[in-house]
Amino acid sequence: MIVLKLENVSIRYKVGDIRNIGLKETIVRKLRGTYRITDFWADRDVSFSLEQGDMLGIVGVNGAGKSTLLKAIAGIMRPSTGTIERHGSVAALLELASGFDPDLSVRQNAYLRGAMLGYTREFMDERYEAILDFAELKAFEDWAFKQLSTGMQSRLAFAIASLVQPDILILDEVLSVGDGAFAVKSAAKMREILESGATTILVSHSLDQIRELCNKVMWLHQGRQIAFGGTDELCNCYQAFLNGETIL
Amino acid sequence: MLQTIQKHRFLLEELVKRDFERKYKGSLFGTAWSVLNPLMTLFIMRVVFGHFFGSGIPHYTTYLFCGTVVFGFFSESTSEGLMALIGNAHIFTKVNIPKYLFLLSKNAQTLINFLLTLSVFFLFCALDGVAFSWRFLALLYPVVMLLLFNLGMGFILSALCVFYRDMQYLWGILTQFLMYLSAVFYSIDSFSPQIQNAFLLNPLYLFIRYFRKIVLDGVFPSAGFHALMAFDAFAILLIGIWMYRKFDTEFLYYV
Repeated sequence: MIVLKLENVSIRYKVGDIRNIGLKETIVRKLRGTYRITDFWADRDVSFSLEQGDMLGIVGVNGAGKSTLLKAIAGIMRPSTGTIERHGSVAALLELASGFDPDLSVRQNAYLRGAMLGYTREFMDERYEAILDFAELKAFEDWAFKQLSTGMQSRLAFAIASLVQPDILILDEVLSVGDGAFAVKSAAKMREILESGATTILVSHSLDQIRELCNKVMWLHQGRQIAFGGTDELCNCYQAFLNGETIL
Repeated sequence: MLQTIQKHRFLLEELVKRDFERKYKGSLFGTAWSVLNPLMTLFIMRVVFGHFFGSGIPHYTTYLFCGTVVFGFFSESTSEGLMALIGNAHIFTKVNIPKYLFLLSKNAQTLINFLLTLSVFFLFCALDGVAFSWRFLALLYPVVMLLLFNLGMGFILSALCVFYRDMQYLWGILTQFLMYLSAVFYSIDSFSPQIQNAFLLNPLYLFIRYFRKIVLDGVFPSAGFHALMAFDAFAILLIGIWMYRKFDTEFLYYV
């Protein structure tokens, strides 16, 4: 059964005189005829489909359009052309800490972030203790989020996010967080989620990880889909490219 | 839309809590400011304008309070609403949630403030010797219409603010200008009939006048007056919703 299907998906970014130039500059530049908005195609004609339980790894150098593509699949951006068909619920963990408020307490942040991930209040009431236990933050419950160390913040973020149970899971370089012991624990937890049968899309710069986890791989380069196929063959090609043995 | 609000109710509640917390964090009187602030505005205006405009207007304190309570709600709601998108850009660029929730949350907060102020308003009415009647129930109408109007303005302003940050500064000035045009502290009786009619083009004046009709004059405004208010509120709301729909996926490029 096909769970996710992308057909000729292209995503255009608008760049040029649109960011933070303000009303005055906009008018001045429009009058002078120097107002420019140009298109930047972050992704061009990407097509693939995934079946239930597939694990897709997306590889490519910086600026390949990986994150943009994930945003489109997550529904945060809409493709400029082409279609994306999703069957089932989608959870996108693009940045684990997005949505946290520095001034709120750990407890309030946990509920706020949980709500953003689509959990219900009952679910959070039930799991809240377990989240704190997992994040090892029991003693810091009433601290403001900004008072936590960066490591603690990412532990909390991971503990909340790791409760997702979607049909389609989107991960952007968030397989594990924290220092030694926690990295092992979070990696194991993530493995558990991956094995729960959700169709997963994973962006990672670690080819080893992709070889280990994924059964399909897609290679993006400057927005174009270079290849889509089996893991071993594609990883070998990509490795050769990275080593400078082949050129595109 | 109502269905998705139901679906995101938990998130909306948490956002309202967050906005409340943020607003009053570190202030000594906390939420009390939401009542203290309008009361101080009232006091200052009473002192400054009472001498010039108050002499010919019976129950001038209540007259003035009708103006400040309505205008205060509008001004707080829109100035907060203005930031609904740019203040949450870090969230909607990473998480797929409906963007109007941010505005609803801000408006829920200002609505609560308004209702608190309104209870103080009724207390002042009693102190000022205003006769209460069952007609006061009709005030629900302008309150609901003003709420919709504020929501619409919030949609429009927050969207514009994404494209032009200047709106933040411009809106402060425009609000002030609008306040002077809304007969908050003066009476329009001394103007010519044409100018008096021109005041009806200002939605804020309509809301304020409705309050005064009920509270001070003890009469219901005409059916046409009701219709005009509804027209203003829904026109602005629809424009606002249209903008959010049209630019929903565009906002991301500008933040």
